[in-house]
Parts: sequence; structure tokens; C-alpha cells
Amino acid sequence: MSSRTLYDKVWNFHQVKELPGGSTQLFIGLHLIHEVTSPQAFSALNEKKLGVKFPNLTVATVDHIVPTSNQQRPFSDPLAEEMLATLEKNCKTHKIKFHGIGSDSQGVVHVMAPELGLTQPGMTVACGDSHTSTHGAFGAIAFGIGTSQVRDVLASQSLAMNKLKVRRIWVEGELQKGVYAKDLILHIIRHLGVKGGVGFAYEFAGPAIEKLSMEGRMTICNMAIEGGARCGYINPDETTFEYIKGKEHAPKGKEWDKAISWWKSLASDSKATFDDEIQLDGSSIEPTVTWGITPGQGISIKETIPNPDLLPKNEQQIAKDACKYMNLKPDEPIEGQSIDVCFIGSCTNGRLSDLQEASKIVKGNTVAAGIRAFVVPGSQKVAKEAKEKGLDKIFLKAGFEWREPGCSMCLAMNPDKLEGRQISASSSNRNFKGRQGSANGRTLLMSPAMVAAAAINGKVTDVRKFLQK
Amino acid sequence: MNQKFPKGEIKSIQGRSFTIKGDDIDTDRIIPARFLKCVSFSALGEQVFADDRKELKGNHPFDLDHNKGANILIVNDNFGCGSSREHAPQALMRWGIRLIIGESFAEIFFGNCLALGIPCLTASKEEIVKLQNLVEKDNNQIWEFNLKNLSISNQKETVKLILDEGPYKMLYSGKWDATSQLLDEEEKINKTFKNLPYLNNFKQEI
Ligand code: SF4
Repeated sequence: MSSRTLYDKVWNFHQVKELPGGSTQLFIGLHLIHEVTSPQAFSALNEKKLGVKFPNLTVATVDHIVPTSNQQRPFSDPLAEEMLATLEKNCKTHKIKFHGIGSDSQGVVHVMAPELGLTQPGMTVACGDSHTSTHGAFGAIAFGIGTSQVRDVLASQSLAMNKLKVRRIWVEGELQKGVYAKDLILHIIRHLGVKGGVGFAYEFAGPAIEKLSMEGRMTICNMAIEGGARCGYINPDETTFEYIKGKEHAPKGKEWDKAISWWKSLASDSKATFDDEIQLDGSSIEPTVTWGITPGQGISIKETIPNPDLLPKNEQQIAKDACKYMNLKPDEPIEGQSIDVCFIGSCTNGRLSDLQEASKIVKGNTVAAGIRAFVVPGSQKVAKEAKEKGLDKIFLKAGFEWREPGCSMCLAMNPDKLEGRQISASSSNRNFKGRQGSANGRTLLMSPAMVAAAAINGKVTDVRKFLQK
Repeated sequence: MNQKFPKGEIKSIQGRSFTIKGDDIDTDRIIPARFLKCVSFSALGEQVFADDRKELKGNHPFDLDHNKGANILIVNDNFGCGSSREHAPQALMRWGIRLIIGESFAEIFFGNCLALGIPCLTASKEEIVKLQNLVEKDNNQIWEFNLKNLSISNQKETVKLILDEGPYKMLYSGKWDATSQLLDEEEKINKTFKNLPYLNNFKQEI
């Protein structure tokens, strides 16, 4: 029994039975829903005349479509209003807890659930959203699902799943000043590729990972999916327990001690066998920026746009497409590339520490002329705490806009969009063609502090220059 | 637009085929986010690959006249990566696609397709390129997919395909619609629930 991974242990706890097709029926301990991927699931449930099996194990919020400038109901976009109203109605009918507009715990689903202490070690977490992998930061098995599966979880609190292999990504050393969790995960995806993780769960471990705060760990696990891994996780430790302690849904009193001992028992055994292992040195990572149209197309701030002809064969075509789409030339430096829009937010980097790090760069500076820069806190709680620390004032004074919580320009389903060929410096997670709301808009992914530096200088900037001052 | 959606056992699929070339085609491209603003999937067929189609002004494979009515799509590597949106397979299905063959698929996309009864099968890069060339030579030819043989053929040429045993069995038996299977033995679900420490006050001996 001494060679199991956390993934094995959590999987075993949740196994309901083997299904005829060879997959496993897996119990889902926490199901999160939002307005985009749930309406059709509820309709399908109604068509099949089924109810919600464990309404207490599903929690809802609204995030993707909410406007961030004015959240007055009804929303000015009738489609957005209809989606919200549909979710409200479905939650009411099925007795599901809904953290809606006006609630002080509303926010991007992967930001608000951990804040409420809903996400805990040892759980299985599912949500109709690929960045559900975020919750793996707590030592949970968390993965995104499609709408048909949302229906299945509502009906049966379980899913038909195939067990993944586990790859351990061991990060030695310590991230340097000006280098953040975002840089680390962009670096990992660059080296393992956007589909390197298909078929795997990623276990992130090693000294550099252990030193990260829970928020940094969430940034890492959030983007596991961008590396193709449906779930990523980190073994729970004191940092994890400290974060959960006292949160609304955290175990209390005697239960707390029992919880800790169970949680500790879940961590991968020291002799655990992994299907694959990779090691890298966190100390040598530099601030990283994507230049292309997949999250794997990242380079350090000191590098130049790669020459597609010199890349491995299977990366050449997409690199050529990327150069053309981004209008970047091979061998040009990424540093100094001019930008139009700066976005700080999303479930990757819209948490308090992200805003704090960015505010350190912004403080006493002014957004460059012609740049549109805005901050969208990941949740109401983040917004509140940031205001208590005066961060909103720092950003506003520098010329940033300060908005209401939501997904915003991470995927631009609300009014926040790029226009035409605009290029953004963005703390979000996807730089796909058209991702930020304009069919030919362009996105450079980077850490929130790097976005802040870009906003001040009007171009891609090495954030370390600000930290030396 | 073909509106008879997959049902029951899926052992063979016949029809015309066309290709979408390129690696890492993500679900944001298959269905851009603005079309996710809906509470029903019904209109999505029209919107499949909307931005790519706009850019190609009528020359996108999904717009070409000779591809109308085709139901088999041949793609390349890591198709369907990115967002978990089931709107992507829904859009493909509602346009008329019933079978997708490629070098590899993103996992969530693969599962979403399976849940709709749309098989996604793979073959090596060489085989896919060969298949794409064959398909493009004549868009009128009828292809026949046979699940049991794991192959697709146009009478003259046959390409061998790969599918894991789990999804194979689900398609073969018609049990790819998971809900009823999952509700088969509810007492087992309840038992798992009762054995989970975090749902039972972290009791030690359960
Ligand atoms: S912030 Fe972006 S990635 Fe996160 S849930 Fe919202 S849209 Fe998805």
C-alpha cells in the first residue's frame, strides 16, 4: 500500500462500479455549475423526467456572461439575461444553492468555490468548464466535463470515466523575483506541448511548487488543461490546510482534526510509482510570454519570435500560421512589442495576490497613452478585499478601469471585447484565434505583473525592470 | 441539414466525406464563444466554424456546395482542444457530421462526441494524410465506416482505424448515452456516498 499516488487513492474512494464498456462509474463529490453549460443539461433532465439526485452537492454561480460595468438587472443584453434567468429558475426548481448577482460570494466559478471552502483535498470535482482542473491545487481530482455529463452528474452524482495515467512534474529550486506561477506553467506547457498531457493527470511537485501559495498553485493547476492534461493536482500540505481553515464550508471543531489526518493520508506516497516523470529547474525560468495562437507558443521575455523553419517538424505549420495571424516576424524580440489592451483577471490570475503583485508595478505610474487597461477581480470577495487594501485606487489613479467580477475578456461573452486587429497583454489562459471577442484579435498571455508593466510602457516589458527600481 | 441524430447501436456509417486540415484546432474555432449565448443547442449547426468561414468568404469546407450533405469529417492532430464546450460537437452534429477521423483528439472533446453518439477514431499521421488525399480526389465518393472491422473504405481503398475498447463497446452496444447506465444501480451510488469521509463528518471507521 505504499506506492500509490494521490490520484489512485482519491479515485478508489469514489469508484461506484465498473461499467460494461470498461470505464468506471465515478462518484462526484462537488459539482459546480454556471449559466453557459447547464441550461441544456437541465432541459435534457426534464426530457428524461429525471430529478437531481443530490442537490446539496451541486453549487451554482454566474460568471461567463455577466457585464462588468453595470450589473443592474435585467442585463442590457437580453440573451445574457435569459441565460441568468434560466439558471436561477433551474436552481430554484431543483433546490440548488445559487450564488447569483448581488450575492457577496458570486464570482468566476473557479475563484469563488475555493474561497467558500467548498473545494477540499480528496474530493472529485466536476464542472462544465475545462478549467475545473484549478481545484486540483487542493489535492482533489478535478476535471472539466461537457453538457451531457453535467446532465449525468445532476441525475446520478456520477460519471463514466476512464482512469488517467499520472505524470509527475517535479520542479526544483525556487522561482526568481519577477517570475510567477503563470510563468512556470507557461514554461511547462511550452516544453511538454499543448497535447503532451493527453491521457495524463499532472502531479505538480517539488520544492518550487511547495513554496507556492494556494493562489499560485491554482494558477498552475488551472492551466494543466492547456497542456492537454484534463486534471492537474498538488499534494495537500500545511499551505493547503492553512488556506481552508475558517472558510465557510471548512470542517470545524473536532471534524477539523479528523479532516487533516484524512487529507494528509491522501498525498502521494514517497515511493509512489508514476507512469511518467519529468524534472525541471524552477530557478532558471524567466518571465514568459506567449507570442502565438496556442498556450504552448511561449518564450521567455529575452527570446525572439522563433523561426518556424528551425522548429521541430510537427510545430512548423502552426508556428507559420501563428506568425501570420499575429503579424510577428521570426527573430524579432518579443520585448518591446507594442500592445493596445491590457486585461488583468480570469480564473487563472484574477485573485487577490495577482492584483497585489500587479498593483506594486502600477503604483505611482501611469498607463501609457492610447492603451486601454482594465482590472476585473475574479470574485466579489476578491473585489472587496482588494478595495479594503486600496488596490482599486492604485489602479484607478494610474488610469486603469476597475470593474465588477466576472470572466470578462478571458472569453468575451460579455461586452468586454477586443476590436479588430487589437492586440492584448492578458493574464488569462487562452490565446486562441478570436478568443477575446474579435475574430482577428490577438492575445499575448503573461503574468498579471507583466500585464501591468506592459500597460505602463505601452509595450511588452520585462517586469523585473520595475522591481529593481 | 440532417436532423436525425444518432440513436442506439452505431455499427456502420455511410456517406460522403471532407477534410478540415490543421493541428490543434480548438473548440473556440469550431464554435466561437459568442454563440454560446443560448439556452438551447438548436441553432448551432449554422454557426459551426463561423469565424474561419467568414475569413474564407464562402471557400471554407463547411461552405462549399459539394460538401453539403457530407457526414464524415477527416481532421488532423489534437482536434477539439481547449474549452470543454459541448456546443462544439453539437454544432458539428447539427450541421450533419456523424463521424470524425483524425490523428488525435482532445480528451474532453472525444468524450463529448461519444456522449452524442458521434464516434471519433484515430489513425497514424501517414494514414490520415493518405485518407485526406483520397477524400479530396473525389468528393462524390461514398465512404463506408465499419465499427467491427475498425475501418473506413471507398470500395477500392481501406484505411484501418483505432478506437479504445471502452468507447468501442459503448458504440457497439448502443450504450453511449450514459445516464441510464449510471442510474442502473442507485444503491451502489448511495453506498459510495456513505463511504466518503468528507460527506460523513470525517468519521474514521466507515
Ligand atoms: S475566467 Fe475564462 S477560463 Fe475561467 S471560467 Fe471564465 S471564461 Fe473560463
